[in-house]
Amino acid sequence: MNEETKFILKKLVFYAFIFTVVAWIVIPIIISTLYGFALPKDYYDPKKILPTSFTIKYVKTLLITLGALDGIKNSIIVALITIAISFALGIPAGYAVAKFIFPGKDTIKLSIVALRMFPIPVMAIPLVILYIRLHLIDTLLGVALAHTAMSLPFVVLITSSIFAGVSKELEEAAMVFGLTRLGSFFKITLPLALPGLAAAAMFTFVMSWNEVFVASILTLAHRTLPAQILSIMAGASGGAAPDYYKFAAAFIMILPAITFIFFARKYLVTMWGITLK
Amino acid sequence: MVEVRLENLKKYFGNGKVKAVDGIDLTIKDGEFLVLLGPSGCGKTTTLRMIAGLESPTGGKIWFGDKDVTYFSPKDRNISMVFQSYAVWPHMTVYDNIAFPLKIKKHPRDEIDKKVKWAAGMLQIGNLLDRYPAQLSGGQRQRVAVARAIVVEPAVLLMDEPLSNLDAKLRVAMRAEIKKLQTKLKVTTIYVTHDQVEAMTMGDRIAVMNKGKLLQVGPPTEVYLKPNSIFVGTFIGAPEMNLLEVSIKEKENGLVLEGTGLEITLPEEFRELLERYINKSVIFGIRPEHMTIEGVSTLEHVKRAREIEGTVDFIEALGTDTIVHARVGEGNLIKIKLPGHIPLEIGSKVKIVVDLDNIHIFDKTTENAVI
Repeated sequence: MNEETKFILKKLVFYAFIFTVVAWIVIPIIISTLYGFALPKDYYDPKKILPTSFTIKYVKTLLITLGALDGIKNSIIVALITIAISFALGIPAGYAVAKFIFPGKDTIKLSIVALRMFPIPVMAIPLVILYIRLHLIDTLLGVALAHTAMSLPFVVLITSSIFAGVSKELEEAAMVFGLTRLGSFFKITLPLALPGLAAAAMFTFVMSWNEVFVASILTLAHRTLPAQILSIMAGASGGAAPDYYKFAAAFIMILPAITFIFFARKYLVTMWGITLK
Repeated sequence: MVEVRLENLKKYFGNGKVKAVDGIDLTIKDGEFLVLLGPSGCGKTTTLRMIAGLESPTGGKIWFGDKDVTYFSPKDRNISMVFQSYAVWPHMTVYDNIAFPLKIKKHPRDEIDKKVKWAAGMLQIGNLLDRYPAQLSGGQRQRVAVARAIVVEPAVLLMDEPLSNLDAKLRVAMRAEIKKLQTKLKVTTIYVTHDQVEAMTMGDRIAVMNKGKLLQVGPPTEVYLKPNSIFVGTFIGAPEMNLLEVSIKEKENGLVLEGTGLEITLPEEFRELLERYINKSVIFGIRPEHMTIEGVSTLEHVKRAREIEGTVDFIEALGTDTIVHARVGEGNLIKIKLPGHIPLEIGSKVKIVVDLDNIHIFDKTTENAVI
């Protein structure tokens, strides 16, 4: 084997690998989308792999009759409250971790992450009991608080790496030229951190959007989209749903994630503090 | 425009374990260009940051004129600062960067515009005002940082190694430009650097620091010609001052510096200063440029000279200068800086001429200068 064939072979293996990885992710998305809009006769036709006739009937039924639209609304509200609370708490914490040296800093950083090691199903019953006592059960605020607890560690870590990327001298320059520390945070650090913070917000949004376990156990009437879909699919309405409903539901779930990635891909690298230049 | 006075200024880190600045007394005159010079970690930047208010002192006081500003926040001190990394805000255009300090102080719009254009003109960046810092070169960013610093017409201008990130050629150009600008504006300036050439060329006075202490303050030539300690003597000047351990002996023709392979008879006027060092060892210091080699080049201005013998060990030809490494006695290696290109053969015996008016003698234990 000469150098040239070796080179071509290497390239071939490389592209085959890339293709496999992309196919792994993309094919289910395409299938869900296609079958979500397929007519049952196409779906059950053994001669057909790809459907040829489409309908929006099942997506529509899911959205309107079966309450997925309410689920979407609830999900958005929960996600926004989650972002609001976790940012209100997480940004100052992230800033402190990034910019100040204080005793126990490493312990705090470690325990922030360690919090996420605790499996949520273990807490399920105590959480429900606590929520009943606090009258938070089956409220959107309740779900948002639970989601905040789950996303806050990430918000702290992500924002701290974003703030660490804004050089200390930029803030100091602002202080020398007439701003207070707080003023220089709002006029200098925050605008510079904004793209990264936007990415962190989207990350939190998607985390909350996808979370199904806590949302399912804490709500009954006011369900978020994944919880709502789960109860429909698992047969809360009498027997498991037909397959094409499942694909339609999958499509409804996938759409925001794809939209998110499309807009956020540029910032995703920044989010982990790799670069901020 | 104000006089800055530091009074026993101290900054300790880690509960007093690290004495970054250890009691500094220094007065910077109104309109003076003072250079704080020292190796990295000597406390010069910490001192500057305390003057800026970015660091609060552990002890001591900072006076601006007759105002005690020790615990003022930076924004209330009427100062400007040029940072080592420029610290030009990346999300603002050059114009906004320069205008920002004025906007905070709520100057009227047309006045801001006028001042920004004046400062940009001074630094020759008038054509870059719409650009963002990312579109500028390092040198241009540096100019923006300086323009921003002078636009507020500060009482004190602080510079923290502003040229260290520039390439050698640009550094030389900016050095002259900053100095000229300061002379024009007559603003009290404190300039931190570890580069002795910058210190020599820019400062009205140089303050040499080491290990948190102030060693010597004086005009550049004084610090260069009359260093008060071994540290100052070797830190300023390149190649650095030659140091040889010698002892002082009383001989029939006067006091003599005696070391391995050299014997230098000293003029009678040094006797008083050296009396208590007779028969003791001291450190003899001589700068490479204060020596010459007999028959090769002359030091025309030299009034009194002594000769020692050496062997050429190595030659560094720099083009404009030649640095001759010569072996004197056993193991003593001294460097001699001669102008121009000097063709000397390695291993050849030479007579080294020492300028007696530029010799230094340091106490061996205190390392302070005796002569």
